[in-house]
Amino acid sequence: MSEEEEKKYTTISIPTPLAEKIKKRIKGTGFSSLSSYVTYVLREIISGEKEGDEEAFTKEDEKKVRERLRALGYLE
Amino acid sequence: MIQPHGGKLIDRNIKNKKPDTSKLPKFEINTNIAEDILNIANGVFSPLNGFLCKNDLENVLKEKRLENDIAWTIPILLDFDKQDLKDVKEGDTILLKNNETGVESLLELEEIYNIDKKTLAQTVYKTDDIKHPGVANVYNMKEKILGGKITLIDSKIREFDKYNLSPKETRFLFKEKNWREIVAFQTRNPPHIGHEYVQKTALTFVDGIFINPIIGKKKVGDFTDEVILASYETLMQHYYLKERAVMSILRTTMKYAGPREAIHHSIMRKNFGCTHFIVGRDHAGVGNYYGPYDAHEIFSEFPDLGIVPVFFRSFSRCIKCGSVVNDKICPHDQQFHINFSGKKIRELVVNGQVPPEDMMRKEVSETILKFKKPFVE
Repeated sequence: MSEEEEKKYTTISIPTPLAEKIKKRIKGTGFSSLSSYVTYVLREIISGEKEGDEEAFTKEDEKKVRERLRALGYLE
Repeated sequence: MIQPHGGKLIDRNIKNKKPDTSKLPKFEINTNIAEDILNIANGVFSPLNGFLCKNDLENVLKEKRLENDIAWTIPILLDFDKQDLKDVKEGDTILLKNNETGVESLLELEEIYNIDKKTLAQTVYKTDDIKHPGVANVYNMKEKILGGKITLIDSKIREFDKYNLSPKETRFLFKEKNWREIVAFQTRNPPHIGHEYVQKTALTFVDGIFINPIIGKKKVGDFTDEVILASYETLMQHYYLKERAVMSILRTTMKYAGPREAIHHSIMRKNFGCTHFIVGRDHAGVGNYYGPYDAHEIFSEFPDLGIVPVFFRSFSRCIKCGSVVNDKICPHDQQFHINFSGKKIRELVVNGQVPPEDMMRKEVSETILKFKKPFVE
């Protein structure tokens, strides 16, 4: 890994038996490495925590969107 | 609601009043690039917030992922002639403009770089054959590539925009409808019975279907956008529950990149809030460049994609079964199967004839035949 690449990643320690279990689990799946699997799992947890964080419409915009969706017959 | 790709829905629309752009270098861009800008700005291409820089491009080609490891398979690039760029440098902000779409966008120019077109073509399209339409586009690209964030400051309302919902709007709609699981169906043709069967089979297991026709540049002989939309409106009106189906258009250029594009198509639908995406035979294919199920197999490389592909193989009408079947459910020989042929339907329509009702709904056929010119000329 080049110095520049190293700056974009950090090392996290996990118990060796857990690492071995994960290695077995990802065999034959699309995950190319232990790191890519752990990154995926962590990203899932972090993005799950953001539920409800989505930027909402302003009241005025919401009114316009509702009207538009009603005109298309998608909302009552 | 499913998270957007990368965890955050990108919004690169200008928030405050339009900035003074009179002193910025201005560049005309083509409509395809303007559509890319609109898709970046409205979050269809989340997590992209601009055109790819070189590190991301190299990673996309090599790993099918952005530099931060998020799945991404199709390079979104901005190309320019070298001589047009003589007065700009990395770090500048420039203005991109397109008349047809009314797009005016800022580009924070992070990087100007070169590409190896042959490698790009071979990697994305698995061929460097110039007869492949996607490869031809690569070879027609200008020599310099510009990477950097965009900010959309203007665009104009266009034909069919009443059907053009942004990811923010579809996500709002799905929440309002209390849909948790939504299957997306992409189309470029009026619906025949086979399409309806696929859609309804998938819909049976989820809360709603998002029918998402791709609108834009088409080949001579293709059905026009007007015909596609009108025929779907008719089908939905007569044969779908109003509370279970939504149609919205997607303006983007088909790349015909087969498997890589199937992943790209899934990502876009995930950003619209869909949890499932229908992938058919030879999805986004052209000619014989890809195997019929390459676009299915590639999904095994992306266990972290975050949207479930729903694979369909061949489907036809079986005379023995007396119904629409697919290769998983019908034991009868091919001789009893009548395939749903878009080509056959096209031939009948060209001659002003009504396609048979076991191929296309009568109401849909009538809608198409009302158009004097149903095909792109």
